[in-house]
Amino acid sequence: MNRTKRNLLEFVAILIMILVLCPFLLIIINSAKDSGSITRNPIGMPEDWTLIITNLKAVINNPQFNYYNSFFSSIFITVVTLILNMYSSSMAAWILARNKTRWSNFIFMLFVAAMVIPFQVVMLPMISTFRDISDIVGLPFLNSYFGVIFAYLGFGGSMAIFIIHGFVKGIPLELEESAMIDGCTKERMFFAIIFPMLRPVRVTILILNGMWIWNDFLLPSLMLGMNGKIKTLPIAVTSFVGSYVKQWDLILSAAFLAMLPVIILFIIAQKYIISGMVEGSIK
Amino acid sequence: MEVKENKTWSIVGLIGIILTIGILVYDVSILSQVDALEKSGGNILFNYRGIILVSGIVLIILGAMKMPSHKHNSIVNTVFLLPVLMTFFITVLLPFGIGIFYSFTDWNGLKFEEFVGLANYLDIFGDAKFRYSFFITFIFTLLNVVIVNAVAFALALMVTSNLRGANFYKAAYFVPNLIGGIVLGYVWQFVFNRVIPQLLGGEVASMLTNPNLALAAIIIVSTWQYGGYIMMLYVTGLQSVPKSVLEASSIDGATYPQTLRFITMPMIANSFTVCLFLTIVNSFKQFDLNFAITNGGPIRIVDKAAMYSTEFLALNIYKTAITENNYSAAQAKAVIFFIIIASVSLLQVSINKRKEIEA
Repeated sequence: MNRTKRNLLEFVAILIMILVLCPFLLIIINSAKDSGSITRNPIGMPEDWTLIITNLKAVINNPQFNYYNSFFSSIFITVVTLILNMYSSSMAAWILARNKTRWSNFIFMLFVAAMVIPFQVVMLPMISTFRDISDIVGLPFLNSYFGVIFAYLGFGGSMAIFIIHGFVKGIPLELEESAMIDGCTKERMFFAIIFPMLRPVRVTILILNGMWIWNDFLLPSLMLGMNGKIKTLPIAVTSFVGSYVKQWDLILSAAFLAMLPVIILFIIAQKYIISGMVEGSIK
Repeated sequence: MEVKENKTWSIVGLIGIILTIGILVYDVSILSQVDALEKSGGNILFNYRGIILVSGIVLIILGAMKMPSHKHNSIVNTVFLLPVLMTFFITVLLPFGIGIFYSFTDWNGLKFEEFVGLANYLDIFGDAKFRYSFFITFIFTLLNVVIVNAVAFALALMVTSNLRGANFYKAAYFVPNLIGGIVLGYVWQFVFNRVIPQLLGGEVASMLTNPNLALAAIIIVSTWQYGGYIMMLYVTGLQSVPKSVLEASSIDGATYPQTLRFITMPMIANSFTVCLFLTIVNSFKQFDLNFAITNGGPIRIVDKAAMYSTEFLALNIYKTAITENNYSAAQAKAVIFFIIIASVSLLQVSINKRKEIEA
């Protein structure tokens, strides 16, 4: 490749990068303006950068948005689901991969087949099923952390089991056989030998499920309601937009706050996140 | 000593079984009074029945795991499978089955009174708005798949062509994909309603007030959001093409377009299949951007009837249930939605199978 071509390519790459990132830039500069100056000039630099603090404070303390609470809810739901999902799916995938009975084959196929089920076809009956079960057994499935985490465990299981199942098949069986001969119990074998070996796939699943749960809107909005006691960040942004229509200074500040955690995480763990998402979809 | 320990865990398990069965019997026995008990504040047993059930199950599992038994391994199998199976059954399988059944009834979200056969399906296909939504979803999917893949492939070629700082650009192009469609949608609504009219002189109406431009707006945002992600999938494919093959072709005098067309593209055919199907399914299921950018609007007049010009199927199903409160129709639409997605996925599986046989 000659020099001019190379420079041209670089120029195009930078131009595209600016185009891709400019919405983020717009969020930041307009978070530092008041409503009036956004209307007058949404693309100019703000006159007074300190206004960003004022806007962010206003949004953080806003009862509709309630940043700390919704941030905590999102973190709590995501982290607890990821931990439980990691254990429950690895345990099940290991059993399904090692037991070569007709039953375990059938269960595995069921999980794989369920990956094509779109959420839309399950969501309405799921809510009514949850309502009925809560009435009968007295566990709060709706409007509670328990219910949302339970639902995510059910939906996230398929993909996780599919990926881990493939990985477990690549672990030599001799390892488990020799542990068995040494008198290791089955549960100990899993927690001491298999589970640590699953680390690479666990990272992939952690990222795929983590991104999905953190950004998901439809499931929590149906289970928690738009103005319920518990709000995740996407719900908080939506309900905030609903009550502050066209107040772009506040809406953009809210969007800024909602994006911040993921952007920071991406800067720290960029390599893992990209490779995790790519590997997950190729499998 | 050991004998005593054996018994302890068996007893723990037994207590668990008694608790669980006992509380379930109680649950069934008060089934008709649940509403009344809830209103009156209930009694201790009623209010703690959920916790008792959970502790009963925990005791059973604990007892079964610790109890020495020659069937220990099959107990571990069951206990390891149970958590996922249970959540999966209650959240996916059961509602899926019930949902298909409900689509043949007059279900209103709470209960159903009678079986109506295919009436819901006939109704939704008789509904011009649903037919329009179907049509516009197909148009969107078609355009979106072509544009996203074209952009992503071009970007992938660019970042794999000895570009300085390629990793930096890859990361930058990937960023929009990290953030959820809802938040991005609102930000872009701002861009379309305020920033772009301002850039064009301030006198121009927002793109989102014109049906065709509003569709274009969603495609722009969708390309912006997925482009970097699909690009990474193509990059993975392109990096697997051996350098020696490309060098050989250039020594033989092939031009860059020729190499691309006859060497590179056939070698990464698999990446094309993966990306095409991924974007088809994702476009067809698009909800978040649709909800946050246009929420179905603006109105388009078709045959003297007002249609929500950009209401895709997922949003149409949501609105039918949540806004119009027509649960049985929404469920019938969802079943149709499922059948289409399942067929696309089956097609992908069969294509992959055929390739494996060839290879």
